[in-house]
Amino acid sequence: MRKRLPVLQTIGTEEQSPGQPFRAILRAVVLIAALSSAALSQEKADCLICHEDKDLAAVRGKKTVSLYVDEGRFLKSVHRDFNCTSCHTDLDGEEMPHSVPLQKVECGLCHGDRQEEHKESLHGKAIERGDPLAPTCQSCHGEHYILRVRDHASAVAPLRIPFVCGRCHQEGTRVTREREIPQARILENYSESIHGEGLLRKGLIVAPNCASCHTSHRILPHTDPRSSIARANIAATCATCHAEIEEVHRKVIKGELWEKQEHVLPACVDCHQPHKIRKVYYDQGMADKDCLRCHERENIVSSKDGHSLTVTVSVLSQSRHAATSCSQCHAGVNASRHRPCETISQKVDCASCHAEAGRQFQLSTHGQLVAINDPNGPTCKECHGTHGVLGKANPKSPIFAMNIPALCATCHQEGKKAAVRYAGREHEIVDHYTESIHGKGLLKSGLTVTATCTNCHTAHNVLPASNEVSSVHPRNTPQTCGKCHHGIEDQFLNSIHAKKMGEKDKHPPVCSDCHTAHTIRRTDAEGFKLDIMTKCGRCHETIAATYFDTYHGKVSQLGYTKTAKCYDCHGAHDILPVSDPRSRLSHDNVVTTCQKCHPGATRRFAGYLTHATHHDPEKYPFLFWTFWGMTGLLVGTFILGGVHTLLWLPRALKFRRERTMKRRRDQEEGTENA
Amino acid sequence: MPDTAPAVKEKEPIVSQPVQVKGEERQIRRFSNLERVLHAVMIVSFISLAVTGMILKFSYTGWASILARVLGGFEAMGYIHRVAAVMMFGIFFSHLYDLLNRKRKEAGSLKALLFGPDTMLPTRRDLREFIASLKWFLNLGPRPAYGRWTYWEKFDYFAVFWGIAVIGSTGLMLWFPEFFTQFVPGWFLNVATIIHSDEALLAVGFIFTVHFFNTHLRPEKFPMDIVIFTGRVSLEEFKEDRPKEYEKLKKSGELESLMAEPYPPIVLRTIRAFAWTALGLGFTIIVMIMYAMIFAYR
Repeated sequence: MRKRLPVLQTIGTEEQSPGQPFRAILRAVVLIAALSSAALSQEKADCLICHEDKDLAAVRGKKTVSLYVDEGRFLKSVHRDFNCTSCHTDLDGEEMPHSVPLQKVECGLCHGDRQEEHKESLHGKAIERGDPLAPTCQSCHGEHYILRVRDHASAVAPLRIPFVCGRCHQEGTRVTREREIPQARILENYSESIHGEGLLRKGLIVAPNCASCHTSHRILPHTDPRSSIARANIAATCATCHAEIEEVHRKVIKGELWEKQEHVLPACVDCHQPHKIRKVYYDQGMADKDCLRCHERENIVSSKDGHSLTVTVSVLSQSRHAATSCSQCHAGVNASRHRPCETISQKVDCASCHAEAGRQFQLSTHGQLVAINDPNGPTCKECHGTHGVLGKANPKSPIFAMNIPALCATCHQEGKKAAVRYAGREHEIVDHYTESIHGKGLLKSGLTVTATCTNCHTAHNVLPASNEVSSVHPRNTPQTCGKCHHGIEDQFLNSIHAKKMGEKDKHPPVCSDCHTAHTIRRTDAEGFKLDIMTKCGRCHETIAATYFDTYHGKVSQLGYTKTAKCYDCHGAHDILPVSDPRSRLSHDNVVTTCQKCHPGATRRFAGYLTHATHHDPEKYPFLFWTFWGMTGLLVGTFILGGVHTLLWLPRALKFRRERTMKRRRDQEEGTENA
Repeated sequence: MPDTAPAVKEKEPIVSQPVQVKGEERQIRRFSNLERVLHAVMIVSFISLAVTGMILKFSYTGWASILARVLGGFEAMGYIHRVAAVMMFGIFFSHLYDLLNRKRKEAGSLKALLFGPDTMLPTRRDLREFIASLKWFLNLGPRPAYGRWTYWEKFDYFAVFWGIAVIGSTGLMLWFPEFFTQFVPGWFLNVATIIHSDEALLAVGFIFTVHFFNTHLRPEKFPMDIVIFTGRVSLEEFKEDRPKEYEKLKKSGELESLMAEPYPPIVLRTIRAFAWTALGLGFTIIVMIMYAMIFAYR
């Protein structure tokens, strides 16, 4: 047998092309060969001499393993016509008692194609790298008593498959604990799903079991494009049972989307989550009226904390979720119970439908607070409400643009819980916002397109400005503002300020540094125009100081704006260094820039030093010496005049006294004479 | 020292001749009507220039921004400043015209005007009087017998010429920068700003301290000498203050022709009110400048 079998196989291979008929013939040949060679090898009886002893056992490692073989059961197995040595090939011709341990049984000798599939699979790969948890053929199929798959008693009969797989893939096993399995509660969820229910409760053996979707031997992760559950293949996998399901769905979901954009269309599992298919989206015979039987009552309260559990139908029916049934959100109901809701163990998870919002929320400051069970962390319902949830276009909705400032203010107003936690520079955020151009536009003018909290901070992905992925991080601010202020972002991104971004620790100014975050004013308002100079001066200290030494600076310092301010010459968003030929102050452009206010300006006129200081003898010697010359003249003249005056004063006083005395004397004389 | 000798002699007639004051005092005309008007207009112009200019110069102070509002904003300030500047030029040229007229009528020739006894040009006698004054201050000699114009009056007079030239020319440059930069480089405007502003500070500072003291606050005249407004001074005071001129006028017999009646009280009151206002404004400006330079300097 050892010698013949490979020969026969070789002949078979040579004579037949690979394929299904080949395998069948091969099997037949092998079978005949095995039978004919039976006489040459040990009979089963020889083996059973020892192995029919029920107490026969051996120690493997630390375990004691029974070596008993039940002949009766073996004779019922699919391999009943084979000799022991057909599988335990290393015992062929071996003297009894044979040496131990035996080699592993190679099922692939006969089931070569299955073995190939298995080798490629997750399980096969695990065996290859020596994972002790990896399942071999025997792990699923058993050893000596393997039955036909169609046999209901088979270890891999459809009804048993979930449990075969579940041996490793159910909560709490070493596989779920020690290996990375992306899904949780697989067996539990499956058994509750429509598939599991059909198979396990209703005994519909055509209902899909694990192997129906994952295949039996070629089990691959969904990330592998060859996998039956890969995103690209899932529809085909489902369609093996759900015929023309794609056609049906194309009618339900916008057909154009399906055709135009590849990824717009969801894969089956996006809606029908794997393993818990139906749970979320279908109410399993649970009608809302079943829920309302109790929840319509006004006095119904939670047994835990006594909060009201009353659901007002009118509120629900006017909500965004009017067409959504109770059990779709309150998942986990069991319709067969008197109180179907008693099996609910999870809170409402909005992310099961609103996946993207949920994902963003989890990353946000709000979500992170919720994740650590911080009572300050707002969940979905704090902003969106519960049963009465309304769309953002509905003016009654708390997330309607005009209502958002008030909504955020419930926590972010000064003194409220978020404002108390906050350690940054912004204060009285809501009040300031209300007075800002955005706040006035939104709240006073009712311009619902005006930026409200969420336009800048995002709705779900709210992160502090210090976080690099935050929409209000300095690096991202231009983009955030640019969403509405079209064109400005491009101007800014070409400016020197944007270019210098990231060069130093202290970032160059972005929108909010000049316009502020929450107190944004109209740029044509006097206050803004005057303020901007100190804003520029925060970084450009000396240049701002010298500006205030010139006529332009002095006039603005008096509080008048009809004079050149920083941005009049340098530009605002498109500010560039003077050396840049595109700069408003470049050699080619400077005269034009001056001419904006001084129509007669010439090249010489542009030579006026707009940031001149008389304190720098190196840079501006003319101004320096003029200033000190004038100062010398002033000091000299005042010293001369002052000394002259001070010397004069005592003599003049004396002169006055003498004159007074003389006049008095003259008067007295005059009186006497008279 | 021929000048000091008469001054000593001068004391005798003053003491020996009692002033004949009966009812109304006698006054002598010292300034022409044009001179009086020009000075009054100059006060208005000068104070206007000073206030508006100093607001800009010391724009970083609180008083500057308040006054800027009071005056109606920086543009209004600019108009006031330029109108006042035009007035100042007007005064300057009116005076020059007056001098030419006088050359014809009184002096007869330019030489007589410039080098005659009443000349405004500094003379050796002024130097002698200056030295004699210093001696008098130090109690080393008698008070000099000052003539028609004292050396400090001449200094003030020429300070105006200097000021008009320096402040006026730089001011014109700043007024018409686009025109002037056709001939000079742009940084001349920066230089002009410094000169204009500092020379103005000198002028304002000097007029509102030294000139005020020399003419009004010195004890002989305290609190105020309104001779420039009335154009006339009491004979007695004239004799005391300008003994040499008195002597000269008496000798030449011109004295009687210069005698004039004093103004009625209402005119005097009006004149005093105007003068006090000017004086007050001047001092206020000095206080503000001092504050800006000492406490708020930047």
